Amino acid sequence: MINVDWQAFTPWSALGGGALIGLAAAGFVLLSGRIAGISGILGGLLSGPKSDQSWRIAFLVGMVISPLISWALFRLPAIEINAGLPTIVIAGFLVGVGTRYGSGCTSGHGVCGLSRLSPRSLVATITFMVAGFVTVYLIRHGLGD
Amino acid sequence: MKDTFVSFMVGLLFGLGLLLSGMANPEKVLGFLDLAGAWDPSLALVMTGAVAVGLVAFTIAGRWRYSMLGNEMKLPSNREIDKRLVIGSLTFGAGWGMAGFCPGPALVASGAGETKAVVFVAAMIAGMAAFEFIERARKRA
Repeated sequence: MINVDWQAFTPWSALGGGALIGLAAAGFVLLSGRIAGISGILGGLLSGPKSDQSWRIAFLVGMVISPLISWALFRLPAIEINAGLPTIVIAGFLVGVGTRYGSGCTSGHGVCGLSRLSPRSLVATITFMVAGFVTVYLIRHGLGD
Repeated sequence: MKDTFVSFMVGLLFGLGLLLSGMANPEKVLGFLDLAGAWDPSLALVMTGAVAVGLVAFTIAGRWRYSMLGNEMKLPSNREIDKRLVIGSLTFGAGWGMAGFCPGPALVASGAGETKAVVFVAAMIAGMAAFEFIERARKRA
């Protein structure tokens, strides 16, 4: 049985923040003709043509300074990272390799791909979601207790 | 120039969306991925909000040959569902479940000065570099 944590559930900020993410992806495809997929934008710096580098870097800089803008305009929401450093290193490496082989992450396949009704992105999204559910289950409930 | 500016603004807006939605916080993401614990459904609503807006934009964009700034539309044409897609996504999902970070939130959290997020991003870039290295070696072989 699923036991919903009503205290933690934040439906309005989730929908509102999600709409902002959708707006960003919409603006990018309509104005620039590109997919707002973070792993592809970052990974393309390592493989793509030199002429593509300035827009890729500009996108990433915008993301990285977003907490500063958020802090200046409203407040900076809480960020809590409980995983230990060795876990962080392994997880980061897996996310890097996996998103490149899978050609996308939560933004490229999840947000943009599902919006495009792409069957390939639907398969990718279901696959990484299930892998995420299983991994968290094993870490929090499967191993050790 | 316009292209670069638009990318910057889109990256910024995307980051603000991640912050507002709570998705830049790995604990909240893990609250969604933990189906057997106290479950936080928020991530599903983030996706709903994003895809609702995205559907409209991508339906329009799908009919265009050029974007509003005059770029050729760069929409994916690969439709093959293959082993690479599935194994890659499984690997990504495992890493996502371990730390609660996917690429966007990790970049945003490193911008917020979180040391562990910076380490995560460095490891992620190393993973992407490993992919490039393996793929180049394979093409030469």
